[in-house]
Amino acid sequence: MYVDKVLKRFQKPKFAGELKGADAIGEVGNVRCGDIMRIYIKVKAGKIADIRFKTYGCVAAIVSSDYLCEMVKGKTLEEAEKITAQDVVKKIGEIPLVKVHCSVLAQDALKKAIGEYRKKKQI
Amino acid sequence: MKLVYLDNAATTAIDAEVEKFMQKCQLGLYGNASSIHKKGREAKEELEKARKVIAKSIGAKEKEIIFTSGGTEANNFAVKGVAFANKGKGRRIITTKIEHECVLNSCRWLEEQGWKVTYLGVDGKGFVSGKELEKAIRKDTVLVSIIHGNNEIGVIQDLKELHEICKRHDVLFHTDACQSYTKAELKAEWADLITLNAHKIHGPKGVGALYIKERVKISPWQHGGGHERGMRSGTENLAGIAGFAKAVELAVDDKEGKKRMAKLRDCLISELLKIPRTTLNGPRGERRLCNNANVSFAGVEGEGIVAALDAKGVCASTGSACASRSLEPSHVLIALENNPERAHGSVRFTLSRYSTKEEVKYAAKCAGEVVEKLRKISPLESERER
Repeated sequence: MYVDKVLKRFQKPKFAGELKGADAIGEVGNVRCGDIMRIYIKVKAGKIADIRFKTYGCVAAIVSSDYLCEMVKGKTLEEAEKITAQDVVKKIGEIPLVKVHCSVLAQDALKKAIGEYRKKKQI
Repeated sequence: MKLVYLDNAATTAIDAEVEKFMQKCQLGLYGNASSIHKKGREAKEELEKARKVIAKSIGAKEKEIIFTSGGTEANNFAVKGVAFANKGKGRRIITTKIEHECVLNSCRWLEEQGWKVTYLGVDGKGFVSGKELEKAIRKDTVLVSIIHGNNEIGVIQDLKELHEICKRHDVLFHTDACQSYTKAELKAEWADLITLNAHKIHGPKGVGALYIKERVKISPWQHGGGHERGMRSGTENLAGIAGFAKAVELAVDDKEGKKRMAKLRDCLISELLKIPRTTLNGPRGERRLCNNANVSFAGVEGEGIVAALDAKGVCASTGSACASRSLEPSHVLIALENNPERAHGSVRFTLSRYSTKEEVKYAAKCAGEVVEKLRKISPLESERER
């Protein structure tokens, strides 16, 4: 059901793990749905200087978290927010239709992290 | 990379001997078993030989065996056919929450047509309670359908006890024995209808059978030229049926097979339970299918484990293979305990007669590595570490 590219990325995600000293953390999902995503961000001069994720969920959930991190690293917070779940799906390439909703969650977690960062900094 | 196939509840590799025999039938016995000429008679002879083998394997009469295109068709036929034939008596059916989708969805479809269906729950190990079954039976109940060996968690129900209850109340009893056939004791006298299939026992895909006890009222579900005593029309898949019978003979001949698998299963379960925070789903011992190990790993999701195991050459599955098309956690695991983490984290390993100790050990070792890796990136697990 998954194409090779997705499975390879699942085996070797680039942004998996915790980010020590993160400026903000965003988490969405719950165990009932089978997906929980947590995004850690470090912000420098309004840009996402570093990013990591932790995901409890299926292959699509893990892979979309990883691609989202890759896509927003180095971007300003505003640019990062503009990236949509569709952009992530496009970047991944082929993903089973029933799994598309999993990739929405990563974006939600990122938005939550950015929101938390702004609240902290009061901007 | 070597391949370790531990998804034999989904399907099995066809036995070479079965395949060879089928090819012979396919080439030589091309006649239509309904034809009166020589080629037809040859085909008919092989067809009846196969029927005899299947009948004998469960202690049934030959005329009580109807060949189908597989377990799904046989289950659809049993549930809908009995429901329609007995609607004069009533429109109530009893089944369980842990049936295969083909029984559940047949029942749901009947509900849309006006039937009432009771879905019995199970205890923490997956057992259906006879007392609860008896309480659920009403005057207008016409059928009870309960799976023999469960495809996900391997629990084996006490058919004899359940059937006795049905007999007392004059209700027909059907069981789906696709997973247990030749792997657990199964007797025609334990049910009124029994679903069997070939591809779980190294036979071909696309062949199954329904045992229908004499005098059971059932409406045919597939209409046509009146094959299979009018119960299931359509030219018989002769090579498939012959292959089915050959697979049954091989399974029955392998007298030590069950014991061997049970020993390997216990070895696999004990190796898997060495992985921290791992729970066994279903019972242990005699009341568990000899080839089934199903465990839940806390903090990780089953699909990821299966994909990562696949990368190491180990084929396993999350719950049933059919469930991988939906996002819902296994309905069987949820019926055991309403614990979504346990349901989402379940992985099933199912052995065959050809599985080896080396394979089982390798699979368990890989599972340990994979679970550790995925737990490292699970937000659920970092909560627990704190």
